[in-house]
Amino acid sequence: MTLTIAASLEKWINSFVDWLSQFTGVFNAISDGISSIANVFQWIFDLLPAWLFIVLVLGTTYFSKRHEKKYGLLTFELLGLLYIWVIGYWRDMTQTLTLVLTSCLIVYIIGIPLGIWMAKSNAVQLIVRPILDFMQTMPAFVYLIPAVAFFGIGTVPGAIASIIFAMPPTVRMTNLGIRQVPTDLVEAADSYGANGWQKLIKVQLPLARSTIMAGVSQSLMLALSMVVIASMIGTLGLGTQVYFAVGRNNAGAGFTAGLAIVILAIIIDRMSNTLQKKK
Amino acid sequence: MSVEIEVKNVTKIFGKQISKAKKMASQEASKEEILAKTGATVGVDQASFKINRGELFVIMGLSGSGKSTMLRMINQLIPVTSGQILVEGKDLTKLGKKELIEFRREKMSMVFQNFALLPHYTILDNVAFGLELQGIEKNERLKKAKKALKIVGLSGYGTQYPSQLSGGMQQRVGLARALASNTQILLMDEAFSALDPLNRKEMQDELLKIQSDLNKTIVFISHDLNEALKLGDHIMIMRNGMVVQTGTPEEILTNPANDYVEKFIEEVDRTRVLTASNVMINPATVNIEKSGPRTALREMQANNTSSIYVVDNQRHFIGWADASDVSNLIRKGSKDLKSVLMRNVPVAHPDTPLNELLSEVSTTQIPLAVLDEDSHLKGIIVRGAVLAALAGDEVE
Repeated sequence: MTLTIAASLEKWINSFVDWLSQFTGVFNAISDGISSIANVFQWIFDLLPAWLFIVLVLGTTYFSKRHEKKYGLLTFELLGLLYIWVIGYWRDMTQTLTLVLTSCLIVYIIGIPLGIWMAKSNAVQLIVRPILDFMQTMPAFVYLIPAVAFFGIGTVPGAIASIIFAMPPTVRMTNLGIRQVPTDLVEAADSYGANGWQKLIKVQLPLARSTIMAGVSQSLMLALSMVVIASMIGTLGLGTQVYFAVGRNNAGAGFTAGLAIVILAIIIDRMSNTLQKKK
Repeated sequence: MSVEIEVKNVTKIFGKQISKAKKMASQEASKEEILAKTGATVGVDQASFKINRGELFVIMGLSGSGKSTMLRMINQLIPVTSGQILVEGKDLTKLGKKELIEFRREKMSMVFQNFALLPHYTILDNVAFGLELQGIEKNERLKKAKKALKIVGLSGYGTQYPSQLSGGMQQRVGLARALASNTQILLMDEAFSALDPLNRKEMQDELLKIQSDLNKTIVFISHDLNEALKLGDHIMIMRNGMVVQTGTPEEILTNPANDYVEKFIEEVDRTRVLTASNVMINPATVNIEKSGPRTALREMQANNTSSIYVVDNQRHFIGWADASDVSNLIRKGSKDLKSVLMRNVPVAHPDTPLNELLSEVSTTQIPLAVLDEDSHLKGIIVRGAVLAALAGDEVE
């Protein structure tokens, strides 16, 4: 009995995936879109010499944190990036960064409007919430299978899997942030004759800003956590190095590349935190 | 006086089974029955009232009485379940979304209990918020906002942020925002309840001044009867979503509709509300141009008093005479009543509130003469009548 149910569920999903694969045109278009975004990021990173990149990161940190303690972080960024450069993982690092930024860009383009829509309509919230739960709790590996089926191997399916995995926090926190705007402020906007757009731009988004930004930086972290998994389907980057090291049972190489990921994660996290705190 | 806002049979039911609840409500089912059978709450039940242009109308009740819901239905922040809201003859419940937005921009402003200022806007931008929504060009709206800030006495604070201001000041900003939009109608939702007593009194006085200067139509929500009595031209008392009584402050105080209102007004500081005209009684008088000392004495005996107020043909107040002085005069055979008149008797105006008269009433031996602007004698105030009024009994 249980066996037949499992078997038929499996069959349905497989035939659904098969059915989807007739829309090659759509998937090609998506694929082209994502890879052109990724290419632009990669092109910029390849154009920047490593030293200039390091200077830009340090400069951005310095200016965004001018009113707080920053020298510890600046030292960490300098040493960390130098480490990545010196051990020869610079290009892998930029590939990883490309994957993270491409996925997150798309996450924000879809996620923030979706979160706004969810906040404005209880019906949408009712429908979207379980989908988000599903997206977040389904083991990320599983997304790789259809991603490969529709988009082949390489950066694009990796980005797709990252997008699905990293989307929920942005949507959720946008929804939450807007719903948490004090009622009397919303009433004030309404009572003075704000239309929906004015209310959103002038009242709800500014007041939800720090909550939305928390979601934005969580999505960044989740996308980064996908890099090793994505390397299994041929997405190049630091994850690839880790994945190879696992294959060769080389603990040293694994940790060397893993450390580079940790450094990148900490830098991205600290830099995105300033987005939240700023008034 | 023209009617600005007319509310006709307005009912608001919150919950899911609204149509069933509505039916039950129209069959006079009680709130509790409706809640038990449908799970719906009746917020406002068949409210009807009229608000005149230029008056300050106070809706008063305790929490849960439906007063805030009622206010929010006047600008349709909460849609009505049934009934009509007519403003200048136009039924707001029938307006489309766009028309409603236009209407709110042009006709109504609102002041909130907890100020509801935008924390990311400067004070000046907050005041200009309504104008910004109307799409008025920046320089012009800031000019108007500055003018409004000046009215509430916060001229220098335009560049600060709400969090830098005290509660009292923030509410002035809230009031300025409402004034800047230059709408005829002001809706004030417990606007002064979050302020400390001194600030509250100051704001109340200021509101009355603004009201008399600008002649706005103000709908004011309050749970404080003292505030309602001080501010209101008319007061509507609500309880459990129903209108219990509507009337002038005096009508409410002197003629409570039922036990509930009566209980309410027990708490009131009557000395602030009652005026000289409420407690004065008719004195024994004698017309000096027609009568002499003998008539005066006879009049006193007839009224069982030991003194008499002397007036002229037009009932202008001339003076006060004591019985013993008058009988001395008769004994001497003089007819000149004027010679024994006391002229510097304590006086009061009919509109003087009782609390300003209390010390005089308690120290003087002679009852206060109540005179109008042309010094016509309207009545006198005796100690007993004041005490009776304070105790809540009616005067004569």
